[in-house]
Amino acid sequence: MKLTLHTAPEVPLEAEVIGPTSLNGLTEAEVSALTVHHGNRKEALGEFFTVTGKMNGRLELEGDLSFVKLLGKGMSGGQMIIDGNVSGHLGVGMSGGRIVVNGNAQDWVGEDMKGGSIIIKGNAGHMVGCVVRGAEVGMQGGEIIVHGNCKNEAGGGLRRGLIAIGGNSGDFTGLNMLAGSIFVLGEMGIRTGAGMKRGSIVSMKPAQMLPTFSYSCTYQPIFLRFYLNYLRELGLVIDDAWLTGSYQRWCGDSIELNKGEILLYHS
Amino acid sequence: MSSTLRIVNGKVYDPANDIDGQVRDVCILDGKIVDSVPEDAPTIDAHGMVVMPGGVDIHCHIAGSKVNLARKFQPEDHRYDPHPGTEYTRSGSGGVVPSTFATGYRYATMGYTTAMEAAVPPLSARHVLEELEDTPIIDKGYYVLMGNNSMLHQLLEKGRMEEFREAVAWWVKATKAYTIKLVNPGADEMWKGKKNANITALDQKIHAFDLTPRKVIKALIDVANDLGLPHPAHIHCNNLGHSGNYETTLETMRTAEGRRVHITHIQFHSYGGEVGKNPVSAARAISDFVNDNPNISADVGQVMFGKSVSMTADAPLAWMLRHVKERKWINADTECESGCGIIPFEYQQHVYTHTLQWAIGLELFLMAKDPWRMVLSTDHPNGGSFLNYPRLIRLLMDRDFRNQEATRVNQKAIGKTSLPDLTREYSMQEIAIVTRAGPARLLGLKNKGHLGVGADADITIYDEMDNKEEMFNAARFVIKDGHLFIKNHEFCADHSGRIFHIAPEYDKSIENEIRSFFDDYYSVQFDNYPVSDTHVHNTEVIANIPVT
Repeated sequence: MKLTLHTAPEVPLEAEVIGPTSLNGLTEAEVSALTVHHGNRKEALGEFFTVTGKMNGRLELEGDLSFVKLLGKGMSGGQMIIDGNVSGHLGVGMSGGRIVVNGNAQDWVGEDMKGGSIIIKGNAGHMVGCVVRGAEVGMQGGEIIVHGNCKNEAGGGLRRGLIAIGGNSGDFTGLNMLAGSIFVLGEMGIRTGAGMKRGSIVSMKPAQMLPTFSYSCTYQPIFLRFYLNYLRELGLVIDDAWLTGSYQRWCGDSIELNKGEILLYHS
Repeated sequence: MSSTLRIVNGKVYDPANDIDGQVRDVCILDGKIVDSVPEDAPTIDAHGMVVMPGGVDIHCHIAGSKVNLARKFQPEDHRYDPHPGTEYTRSGSGGVVPSTFATGYRYATMGYTTAMEAAVPPLSARHVLEELEDTPIIDKGYYVLMGNNSMLHQLLEKGRMEEFREAVAWWVKATKAYTIKLVNPGADEMWKGKKNANITALDQKIHAFDLTPRKVIKALIDVANDLGLPHPAHIHCNNLGHSGNYETTLETMRTAEGRRVHITHIQFHSYGGEVGKNPVSAARAISDFVNDNPNISADVGQVMFGKSVSMTADAPLAWMLRHVKERKWINADTECESGCGIIPFEYQQHVYTHTLQWAIGLELFLMAKDPWRMVLSTDHPNGGSFLNYPRLIRLLMDRDFRNQEATRVNQKAIGKTSLPDLTREYSMQEIAIVTRAGPARLLGLKNKGHLGVGADADITIYDEMDNKEEMFNAARFVIKDGHLFIKNHEFCADHSGRIFHIAPEYDKSIENEIRSFFDDYYSVQFDNYPVSDTHVHNTEVIANIPVT
């Protein structure tokens, strides 16, 4: 099934009904009649999208969706391919399936995610795979791959799963993370891993460490090769030198458990 | 314009008027229950349904500064529980601590039409009254904290009982409160004065004062009785949550010396065992004492499994609970008046203490000989959200369900209680007592909790079902002050309830003394402190009762 944006919303459109799981088994007419929130008004989905084709587990979206929020909320399977930019809260709480965005995404990609994968070919905003405000446990599984850059608090409160950023990340990467892995192939902002308990943050560029992190050693972690080869398969650009290179290992955050690690490519 | 309504064919439960399930008409004229209405009055056919007065919650935390703090620091709790608006009602957010609008609507959906906010420091009076005003449909009021008040402590220490009484009366009137509340009397003063200190016995000296908790308790029980407050002093005893605290609770009740007093969330104060060790049930001792002493009334403060929020003026208790999970918490000081602590919490079935608390609450219900004096509460949201009431009602009415639930909890804890031996099942009439007639009578609200002529037309109509949880979950019709606002489970109108408060008389000369105390110690000017009559709307002053 394909949804093509024919009328751009003037204010954010909350379209949590759009997703391969929620549209499963619906006809074109039924999908067009679904309710979306346009600002504080309820409108039919057909007011904004042209619906064509039959739903067979694969949903395509086309157009500039930079005002369309909550796409793929709670999806548990299937594929959603988006050609264009999307707004925030993409794949909130998803537990399975795959979202591919051939464009940029805004804040809160994959918040509260439990499984499945999200691939952003462009850049992402703040809070990639981040815990919702007030809670402690964030993303609990799955993977988020951003080919470009992302902004602050990527992987905040991460509990399980993989977040990989092809470009640079903003400040507070892995804030309060509990476990899981974050890869940033470019540069990270300041205060990486603040308050982290366990888990790994890996970067290929030098980074400024918080004073509550302590340098432990420089070594060649073999497990990184598996990760990096996997990321290469997913289309991220991996330098061969990274596969065999040495990494500085920093332990922290000592204001918490001190069982987390930050690995920085050394040479 | 006069509005009339007649409810026909329903089984009426009105314990205050000895009506126990008889099918009879209930007639309403202009918001009051009347003997009869004209033949052509609009009619609700309540065939196969149960008609009861609207529910009355004697103890909950639904408005004010601490409730608002609990809302603000739990965005994750509201997130998955939005409360959408309808054509008639406003939107809000739910969770364990719902927003003001959602609170009113959700109480109403269960058939509750009156609820009392149970602990507010005098300084927060304006805040709580404004929030209560924004809590739709239900009638409400609040209890003002007096048990840790520095000025009152000073007067008491010097034995100036006349001035003490006048000052209490001034405070209650100035803040438009409904009664006096004591929370762990004396302990906030200890807590502020000395690191992590708490009161452990009634005859312990209160930090900087030549005073004991027993003196404070006795003085405030006496003042409430002497002033003829419609609801007596409402006491959260010392030592809440500690093993062996039932003796403190018994001592507190003895301190009343036969005068009226209300002990709140008594379940939290009914633990045997040694301090620092696992508690055991002391429900039997507490229940026997309450059964034998008609001057004592209590609400249970049942613990229900699942999410809760501990919010209390008992700052040292919050400090203790903070160590259970070491997660986010708030502790606060309210100048010369009180303390405060807020901690998100979860009661879990496999945990010994939580199961024991759950079982003790049920024991207290099932051992109570006089349900008029042992009424229903969960100390919302401390023991669990008020939305648990229907489930609690089912636990009381349905022995099989109770036994089945008891197999899912910590068996070691259940083995230390007499719950498996208690076979009593509450009747519909007894449920009407503990949720409506009882609390209304204890509060001294003469027009609430019954369907006699002259009562406020606050009426709930439930479908009669075998599953009492489903039955009490959503009333089919709810009428408030004669207005039908829930029809076939859907809101068909909105309504704003009244705020009840009392206005005891006092000798004006006490104001000078309080003024000088304010000049010395308060951050607020004395003249700005009392809540003026024009500040809140839709209020009703409940008259004092004759002093005996």
